[in-house]
Amino acid sequence: MSSRTRTVFFLCSAAALAFVFAWGIRDLPPLGDYRGPYGNAVTQVAVYERHATDVVNAINYDYRAFDTLGEEFIFFASVLGVLLLFRPAGEEDKDGKRETKSEDTLPISDTLRVSMQAMVGIMIVFGVYIATHGQLTPGGGFQGGVILASAPLVVYLSGNVKTFEAIVSSPLVKLAECGGAAGYAAIGTAALLFGAHFLTNIVPLGTTGDLFSSGTIAVISAVVGMEIAGGFVLLMQSYLREIIEERLKREQ
Amino acid sequence: MRLLQWVILLLVAGVAPAVVLSRDPKSQVVTLSFYGLICALMFFIFQAPDVALSQITIGAVMLPLMIMLALTKMRRQNLRREREGKK
Repeated sequence: MSSRTRTVFFLCSAAALAFVFAWGIRDLPPLGDYRGPYGNAVTQVAVYERHATDVVNAINYDYRAFDTLGEEFIFFASVLGVLLLFRPAGEEDKDGKRETKSEDTLPISDTLRVSMQAMVGIMIVFGVYIATHGQLTPGGGFQGGVILASAPLVVYLSGNVKTFEAIVSSPLVKLAECGGAAGYAAIGTAALLFGAHFLTNIVPLGTTGDLFSSGTIAVISAVVGMEIAGGFVLLMQSYLREIIEERLKREQ
Repeated sequence: MRLLQWVILLLVAGVAPAVVLSRDPKSQVVTLSFYGLICALMFFIFQAPDVALSQITIGAVMLPLMIMLALTKMRRQNLRREREGKK
């Protein structure tokens, strides 16, 4: 297809899309107009029923915890998929190692190095805070886990490859990933032992507003944080494995 | 508040084409990350802080990172293939 026909084709479809879009937007209810019965019901009862002040997480980790379990395992499965695809190839790269020396050896500025290393501690504290306070304030395990996972990345960007390698190859990472996924399922199954339905909130609810409140919501949030952090670190490790090996060799 | 909402909506509409129109994958990653940040700001202004936090972590950090890592991986594979072709 020539570039001219492509442009014509694009303009036609863009005009059609704009028309349908404008047509659809005309009948949209105004901002803040919400007619779903469940949303209103849940915001009314969540704080009293679950002692969680962040209703979004009360929904995610309690009222629809089963869906979230499914989402967790989607993430788990995709991390496994990447690890399987990028598993170490073995023989293949033994002969070519000498020649890749010239690339990506940009020196890192001192400012970047110092400021990033200063950031690591703050990021870890912030990640743990977000992951454990999901029941009280916006955030939760998922967001906290990603923040935690980006801390080792900052270590890598600050040029400290040895420390990065030590962090990502630690067995704790795999343990967090698998333990997080298994923990979520275990919390759900524990409810069965007490004669309740799967993923029923069986832990004592505590005082609204306390860190240890809202029962399983807080626990699931922390467990999800573990899993997400472990998963993303594993992803980074599998993508960066070759580069790390080369850099370590060069540093020796 | 109303004005702020309009401003952020226009910003989103302005940055989105920038992502599409940047042709070099590397600069596209940077614009994509910026777009993720703007989107997060939009969610925050429309009073959805939970979604905004997820958007920052995924749209502005993890998605561009994964693309960047994939690009690095591809570049290295191409280099290796070239070397093998020369031999």
